[in-house]
Amino acid sequence: MKHKTFFWFFLPTALAMFLFIALPLTSIVSQSLHTPHDQVLIVVESCDPFGCKSETTIDHQASQKINEEKPQGKWVGFQIYTDRNHLAFKEVGEFWESKTSFIDFVSSLNDLPFYRAMGFTLTYTFVVTPLVILFGFIIAIAVNSLHRHLKGFMVFFSLLPMIVTPLVGSLILFWMIDARGIIGSGLQELFADPTLSLKASTGLTWITLIVYGVWHSAPFAFIVFYAGLQTVPQETIEAAMIDGATRFQQTIHVIVPHLSPLVAFVALIQLMDNFRVFEPIVGFSASAHATSLSWIIWNDIGQEIRLLSSAATTSVLTIIGVIILLMPVLIRTWREFNPEK
Amino acid sequence: MTSNQIKRPLGLQLLVYGFVLFWLILAAFPFLWTMWGSFKVELDFFSKGDWTNVFSGVRTQVVYGKSFTGAGYEGAWIQEEFWRAFFNTAIVCVSTVLISLTLATLGGYALSRSGFRYSFWLLIIALVFRALPPITLVSGYLQPFYDWNVWGTLPTTIIVLVAINQPFTLWMLHSFFQTIPKELDESAKVDGCTQFQAFRHVIIPVMWPGVITAGLFSFLLAYNDFAVTAILLSQENQTMVPKIASFMGTTQTEGNIMFAVAAVVSAIVPLFILVMFFQRQLVSGLTAGAVKG
Repeated sequence: MKHKTFFWFFLPTALAMFLFIALPLTSIVSQSLHTPHDQVLIVVESCDPFGCKSETTIDHQASQKINEEKPQGKWVGFQIYTDRNHLAFKEVGEFWESKTSFIDFVSSLNDLPFYRAMGFTLTYTFVVTPLVILFGFIIAIAVNSLHRHLKGFMVFFSLLPMIVTPLVGSLILFWMIDARGIIGSGLQELFADPTLSLKASTGLTWITLIVYGVWHSAPFAFIVFYAGLQTVPQETIEAAMIDGATRFQQTIHVIVPHLSPLVAFVALIQLMDNFRVFEPIVGFSASAHATSLSWIIWNDIGQEIRLLSSAATTSVLTIIGVIILLMPVLIRTWREFNPEK
Repeated sequence: MTSNQIKRPLGLQLLVYGFVLFWLILAAFPFLWTMWGSFKVELDFFSKGDWTNVFSGVRTQVVYGKSFTGAGYEGAWIQEEFWRAFFNTAIVCVSTVLISLTLATLGGYALSRSGFRYSFWLLIIALVFRALPPITLVSGYLQPFYDWNVWGTLPTTIIVLVAINQPFTLWMLHSFFQTIPKELDESAKVDGCTQFQAFRHVIIPVMWPGVITAGLFSFLLAYNDFAVTAILLSQENQTMVPKIASFMGTTQTEGNIMFAVAAVVSAIVPLFILVMFFQRQLVSGLTAGAVKG
């Protein structure tokens, strides 16, 4: 295909991505380095028969003029990055100075919103991803051994947790684990503890969210592995069988290696998707016990006065996190396309 | 498979069936439970004393004289105007799918037929864009949208959703077009077609399976989006998902939680129908990227 033809074919999609992904990216970087202008205050002295008073009022004209001259706001450099709500250099330094033990230091970081969100996001990502792969694999092996008609039926129901809107799915589970809901009251009966509530403690809330995450994403891993199982070479299995491999050995030495490229694919997609965990926190009303990076951006934007600079700063930090997470994949792809000569 | 060749021991057989049953309950039961419960009153759906109340509908009978009631749906769809959100969702999803597919079909086709180095870089950039959480972009949209006075409207949201969908749709269609042999359109070009004519007369007739699959996924992305629609749409233009989220705040305090339950079930039903009719395409779409590695 000629360069010119390529250009015209690719222009519409490139334009959409440039205008609504690339430009906003530069815009959030700029936002994160500026804050809104302070209002211009003037002191007006007003005199009446009882004496003179000075009053401080906002000079709207002057304020507007500054806003028009510099619509981006006041340049503050990396000040927002280092403030208490983001990387909190000063506070972290103080905690480090006054720490009694390393665990004490980590737990005091928990008071800082950014590190708290980071802690949950990373825990969620790195606990849910392997569990999804493991669980999806077991479901795939189990469903694959069923009768042909049952398979289609299982695939239909298995798709549901993944296809259903995350917010809606988490609300459904949220109502079920409510103290008056079927799972919530069932657990109370099981542990004979009428005050048991999955929403009350941080640990239980984290477990609930992680269980939700596995429930939501396991179908994806299942479908991918299930498709992979259809292409396992029969000859190898037969050869292994003749050599006396047990069923378990066949699975470990033939099926698992055959599926390993798929594991890398599922892990990549899951890392990307779990790192952006957000909807379940809203759906489970869990923000008192668990916040994620996406959630604090949302929280800043959703304020009465939209804290755009703060949201933009967290966004930039999140994007840096995504790129670090993606690095191994990018390097691998780079090597594949640039074989050493 | 091996399962047909040698009989497995009874214990293993039972274990497999037990696990499948366990997963089936885990995957399906929450939806069926909530669908059934949405026709009851709150005290039946959330019954602390006796969970069998949901099946018998004792309280529902006391209030309405029968064991099923559409009161939740009536409250959500009419009183809280959920129908408006439903139509907004329909408009947003259909427009997003049509525009996304048009752009990504052209772009994906070009990427699959261009052997130059920049097409590889474009795909890598698209992969990075795909990995960005949509919410990180939202604060970048707000200021310009306020300035141009386009915040809160459906067209703005549709364009943003189209753009956010592009990287994913582009990847999917790119790998689909690679499975269509190059000789097909090259022979058309030898016969004197321009590249666009070759695309129109040779590729378009055979591309529908891939396009339908990509369309399903961009539909799901638009339908399920919460971060973008919740922030970029004004109150009266809200789609279903942000509307449900705003129900959470208002209805819970007013004791109308069944409105929210009915709205949630209303939002699930279209997805059920979708999975029922397009199960094969969804499965092939999920595995499309994986097969390529």
